[in-house]
Amino acid sequence: MSSLAPLFQLYKSRLREFFRQPARIFWVYGFPLVLAVGLGLAFKSKPVEMIPVDLVESGSWNEVAKTIGTHNTKPGPSLDPRISIHSGTAEGTDNRLKTGKTPLVILAISPTQVEYRYDPTRPESVTARNAVDSILQRAAGRPDPVKTSDIVIDEPGSRYIDFLIPGLIGLNTMGGGLFGVGFLIVNFRVGKLLKRFMATPMPRRDFLLAIVGARLTFLVPDIAVLLSLGHFGFQMPIRGSLLLVVMLDVIGALAFAGIGLLIAARANNTETVSGLVNLVMLPMWLFSGVFFSAERFPDAIQPFIQALPLTQLISGLRMVILEGAGPLQIWVPLTVLTVWSVVTFVVALKIFKWS
Amino acid sequence: MADRAIYVHQLFKRYKGRNGPVDAVNGLDLEVETGECFGLLGPNGAGKTTTVEILEGLNTPTSGEVEVLGRRWETDENEIRQRIGVTLQETRFPDKQTVREMVTLFRSFYHQGLNPETVLERVALESKSGAYVESLSGGQQQRLAVAIALVGDPELLFLDEPTTGLDPQSRRQLWDVIRELSGRGRTTLLTTHYMDEAERLCNRVAIVDKGKVIALGSPADLITRLGGEHIVEFAIQPTESPIEADEFAHLATVISARAEADGFALTVGKPHQAIPALLDHLAQTERTLARLTTRQVSLEDVFVSLTGRHLREEDESPSNGSIKKRWGKR
Repeated sequence: MSSLAPLFQLYKSRLREFFRQPARIFWVYGFPLVLAVGLGLAFKSKPVEMIPVDLVESGSWNEVAKTIGTHNTKPGPSLDPRISIHSGTAEGTDNRLKTGKTPLVILAISPTQVEYRYDPTRPESVTARNAVDSILQRAAGRPDPVKTSDIVIDEPGSRYIDFLIPGLIGLNTMGGGLFGVGFLIVNFRVGKLLKRFMATPMPRRDFLLAIVGARLTFLVPDIAVLLSLGHFGFQMPIRGSLLLVVMLDVIGALAFAGIGLLIAARANNTETVSGLVNLVMLPMWLFSGVFFSAERFPDAIQPFIQALPLTQLISGLRMVILEGAGPLQIWVPLTVLTVWSVVTFVVALKIFKWS
Repeated sequence: MADRAIYVHQLFKRYKGRNGPVDAVNGLDLEVETGECFGLLGPNGAGKTTTVEILEGLNTPTSGEVEVLGRRWETDENEIRQRIGVTLQETRFPDKQTVREMVTLFRSFYHQGLNPETVLERVALESKSGAYVESLSGGQQQRLAVAIALVGDPELLFLDEPTTGLDPQSRRQLWDVIRELSGRGRTTLLTTHYMDEAERLCNRVAIVDKGKVIALGSPADLITRLGGEHIVEFAIQPTESPIEADEFAHLATVISARAEADGFALTVGKPHQAIPALLDHLAQTERTLARLTTRQVSLEDVFVSLTGRHLREEDESPSNGSIKKRWGKR
């Protein structure tokens, strides 16, 4: 047997273990996908919705309904919102207003006098009021002295989904490192498998290389799945080099593998390791800008946030993917992540308990 | 050197315990010859596992001399590891690997060894070679552990309580495997707290208690040293006055007498003389016999007579020093 045999067998063994667990595959690949699709659709720029209003069936309500109906059928790509009408008794509509089922109640006292009933602290009520008022005034002959035009901004690259995809790639890289390395090793230790390996002439280096190698291998489908979803599903642009994206994510993965190893260095039961993993992940879930920008947090805690590996990984990924940054422009993320990798590996190997 | 697989001299291992230091191994001496199946016998906590883990290079002694296959762990770690095979107590192998894959993985760590098919055949697992580890029964998992220990074709095999927790049939199956291995001229060191296991498998046994070897010899030898080969166990209908075991010690061919949970046990040389004498004695003292059985002396009896305690303290109470010892005189 060649001296590469142990490394190769250990590596194969890691891959097999992963791909034979459908549940794990779902959490690693399926779940982020579902999350991205869900959030992507929820925040997708949609045509402006119909505004629902209530109309009291009294006075000249028929004329008002007709005017609005004409407005709604106006052809062409108008950005003016369409209005949907629910009509009822004064009492019934008032009730719907109080319980928040409608934002606005219209009472047409006469063709030249209309009363709006609404709560001005509700933004959608104000919008509805202004939209209906504008329709009625214009229909009654009000001229628009200023010529206006509307331009829609939903360029690929500046939408929420574009912001989200790099965040999810980073999140997956973090989870993979902490669970894939930390949990795995502690499970080996609990099952005495680590000790059993130590009783053989297996090179320790190969054992760790196989784990890290397997981690980096899983990264490829990780990135591929999320980037393809963004690119092909939501037309997210990939402006920078794909190679740089992979390289940055590899260094990020090494940093998280190092943290995983550090967590697993001494823990000898799964409760300890799951506590530690959560302790490490929680601040990064919150502060690292996965779902909204990290810059929204107060300046006082920015140094802390910027030192977190996930913050740097995600911000680097966004710079490369969305802004087309080159290696020199992302030197900060590259440096911070490299420091994390080196320091965690050195410390973890120093204090690692092999049995 | 070649005829000595293991040499241990004055081995000590001290752990920092919660209530002061604990001496798990306390001056243990041991020599195991090449080719023998040697048993380390003793109750839980006697220091067997600590000793074996030191021999396997998984633990370091506080002091003492240890040689394995004529080598020392400090200088020849990798060489020793290439030449020994190990099973630990309850190793949990990954669920989603097949039996053959696990054996192949471990095979890759050794310069030379057996091919996985051969090893699986030896432990009678060839029909399970494509099955996931999670689908194996307890006995099969234990045989897998033995297969993995054998895959480097070791000169010295350590088996730490290989049959603990197995059902009788699985134990027997594993015994067959171990017996077949011993037939191949390899050295085996086995720890167990089952006396019958040691009697069946081992050429020699060392009884370990409180971190020390308290008796050494072949199972038959240790049993003869007890003086008699038979045990007569009996119980008497309850009487008003308490009965001392000593009362029976002078009966014909009785070597020692001790009180047990609900009766007495006599170690006797000749049951055909001892039993009539016992019955006569009971008739004279007007007591009624409730139970009477005889059996061969086992290593369990040796252990009890040596320590005054049963091997498996959990389920039996100690016989409060009411043993009449003849051991020391030999």
